[in-house]
Amino acid sequence: MATKLSTWRKIKNRMALTLAFLAMSFGLFWLFWILFTTLDLGIASLSPKLFTQMTPPPGSEGGLLNAIVGSLLLVSLGTLLGTPIGILAGIYLAEYGKHTWLGRVTQFLNDILLSAPSIVIGLFVYAIYVAQAGHFSGYSGVIALAMLVIPVVIRATENMLLLVPNTMREAAFALGAPKWKVIAKVTLRASLAGILTGVLLAIARISGETAPLLFTALSNQFWTLNMNGPIANLPVTIFKFAMSPYKDWQQLAWSAVFLITMGVLALNIIARVIFRSSKHT
Amino acid sequence: MDTSSLPVLTTQISIRKFDFYYGKYHALRNINLDVYSRKITSFIGPSGCGKSTLLRTLNRMYDLYPDQRAVGEILLDGRNILDRGVSVNELRAKVGMVFQKPTPFPMSIYENIAFGVRLHEQLSRVEMDDRVEWALRKAALWDEAKDKLQYSGMSLSGGQQQRLCIARGIAVKPEVLLLDEPTSALDPISTMRIEELLNELKEDFTIVIVTHNMQQAARVSDFTAYMYLGELIEFGITDEVFVKPKMKATEDYITGRFG
Repeated sequence: MATKLSTWRKIKNRMALTLAFLAMSFGLFWLFWILFTTLDLGIASLSPKLFTQMTPPPGSEGGLLNAIVGSLLLVSLGTLLGTPIGILAGIYLAEYGKHTWLGRVTQFLNDILLSAPSIVIGLFVYAIYVAQAGHFSGYSGVIALAMLVIPVVIRATENMLLLVPNTMREAAFALGAPKWKVIAKVTLRASLAGILTGVLLAIARISGETAPLLFTALSNQFWTLNMNGPIANLPVTIFKFAMSPYKDWQQLAWSAVFLITMGVLALNIIARVIFRSSKHT
Repeated sequence: MDTSSLPVLTTQISIRKFDFYYGKYHALRNINLDVYSRKITSFIGPSGCGKSTLLRTLNRMYDLYPDQRAVGEILLDGRNILDRGVSVNELRAKVGMVFQKPTPFPMSIYENIAFGVRLHEQLSRVEMDDRVEWALRKAALWDEAKDKLQYSGMSLSGGQQQRLCIARGIAVKPEVLLLDEPTSALDPISTMRIEELLNELKEDFTIVIVTHNMQQAARVSDFTAYMYLGELIEFGITDEVFVKPKMKATEDYITGRFG
């Protein structure tokens, strides 16, 4: 009887393992295919020109310098704008508003914002900013990206702060520390690595976003640092070039895809390293 | 209680007609108790008897939780600490606390101690160095920690972390030190070291300790309060409470008949 039971258990275990393995292989297969294609087609056109020349008109030589710089500007300003708002809101949710009506509503709205399609955000910023100003601009792109950063950072901050054991808070209060000091010096510090990881993942997310930029920053064929007008960026350049009939543009689109993929991959790796190393301190 | 055999006792804290509520639940009933200066007082009793609750009112830790409420009088230096006008942060500078699980802050050993001191005093770099050393020596951690003051407090062992928490508590120079089952997460050797430490610390501080371990109460404390179901059943000199308890309930508990 006992052996019969254990044989059956072993069979069930095997079946579960096989299913899990198949599911994992299915996921990894596509991921590796995507990575392989990106590498294959991207590396072929990798050259120093990418980083020194502007996006060309069809049929002539060129690079991606204006799009790279534009993307860096949009992403870094969007992050700079969104991160403090996200962290402060996350602190509110975890430390002050946990059981309040306002806290619960904010949390619910943030969940919606977190899963909102990015094209909705793009259209929203188009309606409230671009349409009013009458022209596309880098600033509107920054706002759209910041709106994507905020919910991710709020969630990361809130979750990491809630992971801090309450005994640590009590220990800080027991020394006679006021609440803001307990948060700033103790709980925020205890969750710093987790929050930083959240910010990096938010950056990774927005560096590939095309939809929100399509309605805001648009694109620009030329070099510009003027944030009050249309500005070049990698995602929209990919969109434009990949859809074009010109071979050299398509090739540049693959290079841009390669650059973004590598950037996002690097950010993810850095985030993991930071999060892991924090556990050993 | 016969106190004639003891040297003169000064009362540090007197608890009078004290009641405590968790929401509607009446957790402590009519507690009357004196905590004597520079003595160790232990609160014992089965789980849920209210001993930790009572301890946590002495530094108004319950203030953090809106549905908890205290009624009555707890006099410290002649002032009712339950009064609205009392500054909770100043009170906590006078009444320090060490918790069941070691809770080092995510910063260096040095900063762990300096954090609390900076809240209440402005010291020069040299004075702060001295204070940190003083506190670590008092907590019997100096020899182990002096070469790694800049290391994270989390890098210490459990027993060392708990001594760091004691050092952090006394660095603020409180009058009273509250300990909530400070050794229940520690091994026997670390426990012994903490108990020895408490014996030395009572020369400078009034100590109140909550413990599940009756032997520990018998070993370290001068006075023992036995609590049951939110009431103070018996309070007296530790030797008397353990050797010839006045109440049957106390005797049942300390002889292990229940609890």
